[in-house]
Amino acid sequence: MADVNRGNRPLSPHLQIYRPQLTSITSILTRITGNALILASILVVWWLLAASYDADYFAVADAVVTGWFGKLVFLGSIWAIWYHMLAGLRHLYYDSGRGLDIPTAERLGWACIGGSVVLTLITVVIL
Amino acid sequence: MAFLTDRKRASGLGSAKTGTEHFWNMQVSSVALAILVPLFVFTFGPVVGEDHAAVVAHFARPFPAIVAALTIVVGFSHFKNGAQVMIEDYAHGTMRKALIIGVICLSYACMATGLFALVRLAL
Repeated sequence: MADVNRGNRPLSPHLQIYRPQLTSITSILTRITGNALILASILVVWWLLAASYDADYFAVADAVVTGWFGKLVFLGSIWAIWYHMLAGLRHLYYDSGRGLDIPTAERLGWACIGGSVVLTLITVVIL
Repeated sequence: MAFLTDRKRASGLGSAKTGTEHFWNMQVSSVALAILVPLFVFTFGPVVGEDHAAVVAHFARPFPAIVAALTIVVGFSHFKNGAQVMIEDYAHGTMRKALIIGVICLSYACMATGLFALVRLAL
């Protein structure tokens, strides 16, 4: 009797049925920023490899890294790495069993968004 | 039996026997990166855009070279474990295995390339 109606049961609600919330958006952004950072990481490693090789190869990699494409990737990645770091610290705080009530979780979400923008501006000004 | 604690009697008796290593590795690497990433951003950032001689001289110094090496090792290890979780959420079957193997290969390849470049620059 266990296989009666197999595959035709009501499904639990999918993503599209939920109203977007700050906590879910900030969680999804953590995943997107973390995985997107691979692009800048590969650029950094390639740039270091070229620098260790010789001046000619370095000129090629440096032109990409300091060109419009590299600048765009690095600007986005500066924000992404600060956001991912703040969101990661928030996760460590959650993992300690604290900050899980809704008002605190939403405050921490806004702190990640605001903090990452502030840190990005500071980084761009300093560098 | 009187000398065994409850914790000792229970440990290792779960269905999987293991399973917390991935979570623990992410916690350790995220704490390490919370320290390394700001150091890396502000030791690596200023030298981008400099000429070749300045870049070589910069990474011949111990602090920028060691910070970059640690960030590369811990960062790609953290990426390897984090990207694996994303793949496990969205891909299934053979595709899941192939993507996870691909991410592991990419992570170690980047780690090795970065360390090789830093050693060559520093020596």
